[in-house]
Amino acid sequence: MTSNVTARTALILGATSAIAEAVARLFAAEGMRLLLVGRNAGRLQAIASDLTVRGAAAVETEAQDLMTQAEIHPLFDRLAAKLGGRVDYVLICHGYLGDQALAARDQAEADRILAANFSSAALWTLAAAGHLRRQGYGSLVVLGSVAGDRGRRANFVYGAAKAGIATLCEGVAHDFAAGGPKAVVIKIGPTDTPMTAGFDKRGPLWSKPEQVAAVIRRAADGSRPVVYAPGFWRWIMMVIRAIPAPIFNKMSI
Amino acid sequence: MSAFQKTEAIRSWGRVQNGPHWAAAPHWRDEIPALLGEQAPARAAVLATGLGRSYGDSGLNVGGRALAMTRLNRLIAFDPATGLLRSEAGLSLADLIAFCVPRGFYPPVVPGTSYVTLGGMVANDVHGKNHHAAGTIGRWVTAIDLARSDGSQLRLTPTQHADLFSATIGGLGLTGVMTEIEIRLRPIQSANMEVEDIPFANVEAFFDLARESEGSWEYTVAWIDCVSAGRKLGRGIFTRARHAADGPLEAGPAGARLSMPIDLPRWAFNSASIGLFNEVYWRRKAQRRGTRRQKLTKILFPLDSISRWNRMYGSGGMYQYQCVVPPDSASDAVRALLAQASAAGEGSFLAVLKTFGGVASPGLLSFPMEGATLALDFPNRGERTLALMERMDRVVAEAGGRLYPAKDGRMSSAMFKSGYPNWRRFAAHVDPAFSSGFWRRVMA
Repeated sequence: MTSNVTARTALILGATSAIAEAVARLFAAEGMRLLLVGRNAGRLQAIASDLTVRGAAAVETEAQDLMTQAEIHPLFDRLAAKLGGRVDYVLICHGYLGDQALAARDQAEADRILAANFSSAALWTLAAAGHLRRQGYGSLVVLGSVAGDRGRRANFVYGAAKAGIATLCEGVAHDFAAGGPKAVVIKIGPTDTPMTAGFDKRGPLWSKPEQVAAVIRRAADGSRPVVYAPGFWRWIMMVIRAIPAPIFNKMSI
Repeated sequence: MSAFQKTEAIRSWGRVQNGPHWAAAPHWRDEIPALLGEQAPARAAVLATGLGRSYGDSGLNVGGRALAMTRLNRLIAFDPATGLLRSEAGLSLADLIAFCVPRGFYPPVVPGTSYVTLGGMVANDVHGKNHHAAGTIGRWVTAIDLARSDGSQLRLTPTQHADLFSATIGGLGLTGVMTEIEIRLRPIQSANMEVEDIPFANVEAFFDLARESEGSWEYTVAWIDCVSAGRKLGRGIFTRARHAADGPLEAGPAGARLSMPIDLPRWAFNSASIGLFNEVYWRRKAQRRGTRRQKLTKILFPLDSISRWNRMYGSGGMYQYQCVVPPDSASDAVRALLAQASAAGEGSFLAVLKTFGGVASPGLLSFPMEGATLALDFPNRGERTLALMERMDRVVAEAGGRLYPAKDGRMSSAMFKSGYPNWRRFAAHVDPAFSSGFWRRVMA
């Protein structure tokens, strides 16, 4: 196991999401030092114990509501300081699927979907990008969704927010292109997590969090600014984006 | 909205029993009390479920609620000085092995597949090929956290709530939901095993080999030809294995390399094809004598390399008949059971014979007891198959034996009660909100 001083570090925001937890297990197996941020202290602790047993050099938790922070930049710097100021990976994983039908008539639900998946995620992405730029290295990983690639009646509020965060992250990656840190948005296909409880998950297009996590782990060390997880979604979305509107409008997908 | 969603028909591993459930899949231990307390739908009985490897209806609760536990798979603590490991109850054995082998440890008892959860192993008080040395998994459990429908959460140990502890080990999930389990792992020096296959001619020779091997071979099991009649009846291959003293500590690749893509049609499975399989298997194994070294997962979980192998038995599914008979009557009873199967022309690919040692099982409903256990697979041919198993029941009951609930989907209430004299003591510990297809059947 790597020693505390030399172990690489990861800051995971929204650490109680199933996909974040699956990525954290991969980090732990590499002996990394981890800081988990999420709302529920008890659940963070359950994950922290697991990651410690699985080989993480050290795991700290910080219970924070990422949605309600007025001063994100100083909070980010304080979190980074908990990792000794050295942040090798930042994962931005918090999100909220919400209810499309409700969002269509209820401003609060629409606002919550947009705020969680775009505004809050974007502000944290900007704070992380600022820190990594000053630091001169590090990998910023932002969770997006295939839902952001084309608006569909089933979930376009969520999709719009995910499209926004993907564009923002691409911009950060462009900004980083001169060298030093890097950024990647992961466009995730339907995954069997608590977020999607209640969906019919039969069929070949549903993935397990562990499959998605393996893609994310590779992408964090890769050079591409946009990565689909699993990879086949790149081709599916290419086709879906290319379908002419008159045909698309008749499809119930 | 209820956290429980109506499912399609869920089939058990034998695929004969099936039906829809109201299922919820908690990701956090803190969700369980609320799920147990949920009154909708219609206060249906509840059962925690794992990876669905029970063959009959002990892991099913058709029409009732199911708590799918496999997402509760976090490790909680591990002490390499003592080998004590605490984890959530939905941890799969495959995950546990991947974790502990590189650290020089191994579960003290493993069943014939690694696709089971720790909770399922404890609920069935599983045994392994090392029963004569290690007893059942329950002997290695040091603590269980149990959530009950009255809202209580209890830590059970051999000395704390000892009665409920012994009811929960082998208790088929009926005493509440196990949320956390602590077990003692055993150290290993290598991920390899030394293995030896020895052909034997008949049941007597099997018992001789078992006696001779138990002192120096930790794992023993035999495949037995249950198709051949007459002189060849009871011939088989005795396999004995022990952990190697040195070698690499790599768990090896997890997961299946092959998959059974379709249900085999019924005609593919007849006495001729089974007879041919048994003959070929016998000849192949009988030629390969002597000791070899193999990865322990390959020895202990031979069928895990073919996912969904149960589809081999066709869309009608199969029954597995596993019994144990006490030492005095073991030889006669095993011969009588093999003769029944052979005479009925219902032989099976997988006939397994093994001796159980005298180590007492800790659970009130534990299956293993000293003697010999025989397991036979039968493709489901309806009445014919059920009638054969009833004839076999009479042999087992006469011999003072019993059947394994994890494999069973058809034993009578009388057969259960005669095999498990502690059933009344056990029933007093059943959580009133919990039930299963098996429990409703044998209590009817």
